[in-house]
Amino acid sequence: MAETIPDKKINIKGLVCPYTFVKAKLAIESMDVGQVLEILLDYEEASRSIPKSMEDHGQQVLKVEKINDTDWVLQIRKDKD
Amino acid sequence: MEFTDDQLLRYSRHIILPEVGGKGQSKIANAKVFIVGAGGLGCPVGYYLAAAGVGTIALIDNDTVELSNLQRQIAHSVNTIGMPKVESAKKTFEALNPDVNIVAIQKRMSKDDIIDLIKDYDIVVDGSDNFPTRYLVNDACFMAGKPLVSGAILRFEGQVTTIVPGDGPCYRCLFEEPPPPGLVPSCQEAGVLGVLPGVIGGLQATEVLKLILGKGDVLKGELLIYNALKTTFRKVKVPKNPSCPLCGGNPTITELIDYNEGYCTLQ
Repeated sequence: MAETIPDKKINIKGLVCPYTFVKAKLAIESMDVGQVLEILLDYEEASRSIPKSMEDHGQQVLKVEKINDTDWVLQIRKDKD
Repeated sequence: MEFTDDQLLRYSRHIILPEVGGKGQSKIANAKVFIVGAGGLGCPVGYYLAAAGVGTIALIDNDTVELSNLQRQIAHSVNTIGMPKVESAKKTFEALNPDVNIVAIQKRMSKDDIIDLIKDYDIVVDGSDNFPTRYLVNDACFMAGKPLVSGAILRFEGQVTTIVPGDGPCYRCLFEEPPPPGLVPSCQEAGVLGVLPGVIGGLQATEVLKLILGKGDVLKGELLIYNALKTTFRKVKVPKNPSCPLCGGNPTITELIDYNEGYCTLQ
């Protein structure tokens, strides 16, 4: 499967809860349905809680990937306005 | 609206809610709410709306803080006894949330100034403790087309309803005319459980936020009655009265009325 090109990227490294989800949610809110958000983070708990919360809110989690010792990349597609 | 980092933290539990989000929080920040009375009901309503980040909150009340108020009027304190209630509450709400613009108006409204006072506000909250004000506020909101969240308390019982002009009944559909002076006792004569206005004011503040957000269902055409002794909530349907003197097909009330005579003007 081809790599998804994100429509928007945010870097929330250094942030912890509740900033992590709040920033991710505000980014998704500002986008159109069908667009993809890429999130770079280094707070482990958020690598689990953001995908779960995004699914609860009706969004589609495309990718959760640990890219090195400290960082994760998430891709979320906006399915619901 | 761009939020500062402090605002993101302050409102994070709102922003996380699907029904609110950043867009809803911006609506709250842009809202202007007019609260009648800075007493038992006005204190919790203003307190929670200030905490929620409502951009502009006007408070109107003519009274000063007394020791006997402190059993229930939670925005005041021993340090503000003798101060106008609206100034006392403004200090409390600004300390809670400096983002909020509190407009303190120390006066008793009349038919001559109420329309002008409420004209710049989106929603009116009635937390008054007397019938002349209650009817004046209802009639003015109908005439000015302002949504009204009405609350009342006595002893162990409280009631709440939300009146949306042109969409459902008004207060006069429920109670056409004020009762004769002296028939219904005031809190001063009959007492009130200090927590009761907290419950009713909390419900009123919730109605206000739902009106601002456009989410959920408000108490339109319904009167919610809370009995604190029995711990019961009862919802009573209130039909629109086709012959209501104010909002009916053939209205007899076409201008505002000051019902002052014969009523105790103590608040």
